[in-house]
Amino acid sequence: MRPEMPRVKMQSTAKVGEVIQIKTKIRHPMETGWRKGGDGKAVPRNRITRFVCMFEDKEVLSADYDSGVSTDPYLLFYSKVMKGGTYTFRWEADGGQVFLASRPVTITNA
Amino acid sequence: MIIRPPEEYRLSRRQVLKLGGTVAAMAAIFGVFPSAARASPRKAKERLAELTNGAALQKGRIHITLPSLTQDGKRTRIEVAVDSPMTEEDHVKALHILAERNTVPDIATYHFSPLSGMTKIATRIRVAKSQTIIVAAEMSDGSIFYAKARCKVARGAGGCG
Repeated sequence: MRPEMPRVKMQSTAKVGEVIQIKTKIRHPMETGWRKGGDGKAVPRNRITRFVCMFEDKEVLSADYDSGVSTDPYLLFYSKVMKGGTYTFRWEADGGQVFLASRPVTITNA
Repeated sequence: MIIRPPEEYRLSRRQVLKLGGTVAAMAAIFGVFPSAARASPRKAKERLAELTNGAALQKGRIHITLPSLTQDGKRTRIEVAVDSPMTEEDHVKALHILAERNTVPDIATYHFSPLSGMTKIATRIRVAKSQTIIVAAEMSDGSIFYAKARCKVARGAGGCG
């Protein structure tokens, strides 16, 4: 089994009102449940179904994934920084599996 | 020495052709040739109407960056940007990405908030075959914008398909 560590790339400092870019990637097979394995049996469904990015207690972006999202889901998005705090990222997979990551942001030249 | 079957058991060329035609017709009737379980443009449209509660669709405000030809339909990079000030009063609420000819049209739905600052995402999607990708954006005032982009999937180095 491949390691399933989420990766988040973003700047750690920002100016007030700055819109920053956030790149996230997680290793996941995103198995649709339709594919047949080497033994001819269907490979059980195993997908990330939801991704949520929160800043402190507010939602920045969330996503509902269906079968059309590629293996190792990658997502680039943006967020407006109004104050310093922590971004938390959460991936929810089939079978109740949850992957978490977090990144702090501090304000410069406020 | 070649042993030939007696004349009465041999099939003429005409008979062979007739037989072939009959088999093909039977196969077509009984569905021997499997038709791939894929969504159709109509199904994608219906799904879009379901997602947007049948609201009227307007063109514009969405910019899609999608390769017109890709070698790897399993991970095709798509970028979507929506023109919006992203303020509390006027922002994009949701963004739907649908594929007309994937097994299931739904690809993903993204929910934005004013904290997003900018409605721009990039991700990788599965494009099962050459088809049109539909993107629809739900605005905070309830209006819905949509845009389409074509993507051709080349199969192997031969490039047929």
